[in-house]
Amino acid sequence: MTDSNEPIVRFIDVQKSYDGEILVVKNLNLDIARGEFLTMLGPSGSGKTTCLMMLAGFEPATHGEITLNGKPINNVPPYKRGIGMVFQNYALFPHMTVAENLAFPLEVRRMGKAEIESRVTRALEMVRLPEMAGRRPGQLSGGQQQRVAVARALVFDPDLVLMDEPLGALDKNLREEMQYEIKHIHESLGVSVVYVTHDQSEALTMSNRIAVFNDGVVQQLSTPDDLYERPENAFVAQFIGENNRLMGTITEVNGETCTVDVDGGGIVKALPVNVGGVGERTTLSLRPERVTVDPPENSPNVFEGTVEELIYLGDHIRTRVNVCGHDDFIVKIPNAAGHASLAEKAPVRVGWEKDDCRALDA
Amino acid sequence: MANETDTGRYEPLRSASGEPLKVSLRRSLRRQKLQALGLVAPLFLFVLVTFLAPIGGMLFRSVENQIVGDTLPRTVAALGEWNPNVQELPDEEVFAAMVADLKIAREARTASRVGQRLNYEFSGMSSLFRSTARKVARIDEPPYKDALIKAHKGWAEPATWKVIQRVSAKYTPGYFLAAVDAEQTVDGDIRMLPDRQRVYLPLFWRTMLLSAFITLMTFLLGFPIAHLLATVPTRISNLLIIMVLLPFWTSLLVRTTSWIALLQKEGVINDLLVGIGILSDESRLTMIHNATGTIVAMTHILLPFMVLPLYSVMKTISPNYVRAAKSLGATPAYAFFKVYFPQTVPGIGAGAILVFILSIGYYITPELVGGTSGTFISNRIAYNISSSLNWGLAAALGAILLGIVIVLYWLYDKIVGIDNMKMG
Repeated sequence: MTDSNEPIVRFIDVQKSYDGEILVVKNLNLDIARGEFLTMLGPSGSGKTTCLMMLAGFEPATHGEITLNGKPINNVPPYKRGIGMVFQNYALFPHMTVAENLAFPLEVRRMGKAEIESRVTRALEMVRLPEMAGRRPGQLSGGQQQRVAVARALVFDPDLVLMDEPLGALDKNLREEMQYEIKHIHESLGVSVVYVTHDQSEALTMSNRIAVFNDGVVQQLSTPDDLYERPENAFVAQFIGENNRLMGTITEVNGETCTVDVDGGGIVKALPVNVGGVGERTTLSLRPERVTVDPPENSPNVFEGTVEELIYLGDHIRTRVNVCGHDDFIVKIPNAAGHASLAEKAPVRVGWEKDDCRALDA
Repeated sequence: MANETDTGRYEPLRSASGEPLKVSLRRSLRRQKLQALGLVAPLFLFVLVTFLAPIGGMLFRSVENQIVGDTLPRTVAALGEWNPNVQELPDEEVFAAMVADLKIAREARTASRVGQRLNYEFSGMSSLFRSTARKVARIDEPPYKDALIKAHKGWAEPATWKVIQRVSAKYTPGYFLAAVDAEQTVDGDIRMLPDRQRVYLPLFWRTMLLSAFITLMTFLLGFPIAHLLATVPTRISNLLIIMVLLPFWTSLLVRTTSWIALLQKEGVINDLLVGIGILSDESRLTMIHNATGTIVAMTHILLPFMVLPLYSVMKTISPNYVRAAKSLGATPAYAFFKVYFPQTVPGIGAGAILVFILSIGYYITPELVGGTSGTFISNRIAYNISSSLNWGLAAALGAILLGIVIVLYWLYDKIVGIDNMKMG
């Protein structure tokens, strides 16, 4: 019936405003592939939840079109969209038992009693809670409620499941455990998932692709590794992972290399990604783990600095270095055999490869 | 707890100094408890002295019956040996005691009061005592029996003596029987009054029915308002709540009388309907001084007591529940009845029980707008207190009303559960 290569969801020129003055979502174009786990990641107020609510049908789009399986759904009410949804605080119905909660979408669809029973049992087994059928949500722990909520969103076999910061209320260990569990459920069922979160590590762990939102605009849409290693603008570089920022002015652009005069002093060779011409401002982005201490002499970027602070973190030593006029330059020294041992206030030589230092928009 | 002493199998936990931990804990909390008690004590004493004690005293009047024994002590003592089942008059001795008692009662001016009390049980007693008391001074030698019967032939009836003997007990069920339209016959049997003479049972029934209807009306009108209050933005809902509470800032009397101005025959609504030609001048509607008036005015007055508990419960229901239901495929109506409505039940319960209990004992509004068909049992209680001065009957009616409220509260607890009730 539908072409499997066709995206399951398309946002076409979608705009959203609540008050007619400010656009919360500015011209969104986004295709979500069938079977994909796509995460909308961004700080609060970036428009990601609004996009999810428009897709679920709880907020109308001010402009533009959203299609599901190729059909426009702007005028389809939420209960006819057939999209499963997991809410922030689970929204399990407190006056029903777990089994009744799971049976709810099936009863709405007028399935037979036996069919409902077998599906509920299967769903409970999927989330490993078969003995909890008779409990009420209030009698379950946060993690168990979370699993029931996931099971309820999946029990009626939707093509698409939306999850709105579903792990926000859980503690750290449980959150990580649930991340893997949701990921595995996604892989085994092949359902498409749109996941909203502001937690970048959650997004990196679970997603096939991540759409980074800021200020109502998708800043970058890529796979987790691309996003981390090849950020396309300063916001993404800053938002995903830790990042050293060096501000400067471009003095030369030559194919795959540009030369930047850093504000605090020092000439840095970098990879031009998102820059204007000579004389324009730029932000250099450099991951702390890509900086080496005592680099080889032929390294393109070598600088003298002073160790300001050492923080022992077990697997690595976080070192704050004053270099190129920036005293918040972070170097991660892996706690490997024969790692450099530094002392506070001691001089240090640091360096990095040209391709690891990305010149982005100012 | 594994270490609790009452399990018997474990040693009680001891504090560092070796005394049992519970004793130590109790001592450490004693100061806090005393402090809490001290804070509550003034109010508690106030309520005890000005509220609980008078009410207790008042309720006691529903069974209290000292007057006969106090006024006619000799007669009561002498009647002790008389067997009421023989159809004969008591002995001369009893008549002598009665004459002595009546002489004293006449001096103390209590004879007519005793007559009035006995009249509740057996009509004719009041006039019997009044007229005999006037003549008793002239009876100064035996045989007292003939003298009394000469004074009033009522003394020749064995029934008179039976009633006096029966009512001479310190406590009486008479007021309660009267409150449920029953009476004790001369022979002491309990029987219901004939239908035509029943007053209180139909009135109790009407009070309950109208209160239930008023509760239903406040629910039907209050539920949508509470829902609106709970869903609009806070800025608007605060304004709306002020409007819900506005009636509280106006005197109850003003609110009730303004309904009279609106609903009466020459009132605003009738004038309007006649003015625009819907009604002819002769067929003006009777909307006040009947049950309709009571229902309209009391629904308005009690509405906030339904809206506020409902609102406070609805405010805690996350809109995500209904959203979740819709995302699972439920139509808005199905989501409302299966998901939203069940979660408002604690508020409905709280509001309904509040409105019903307030309504069942309401006095001012039914008194002013109820006419004859819209008055409540409380109006009858007030009548017995202030007009007919039958305080015992008023107390019995009040006690029954209190009993009904307590039973309803208990039923509510059994069915819905008090823990499920949320006032806010």
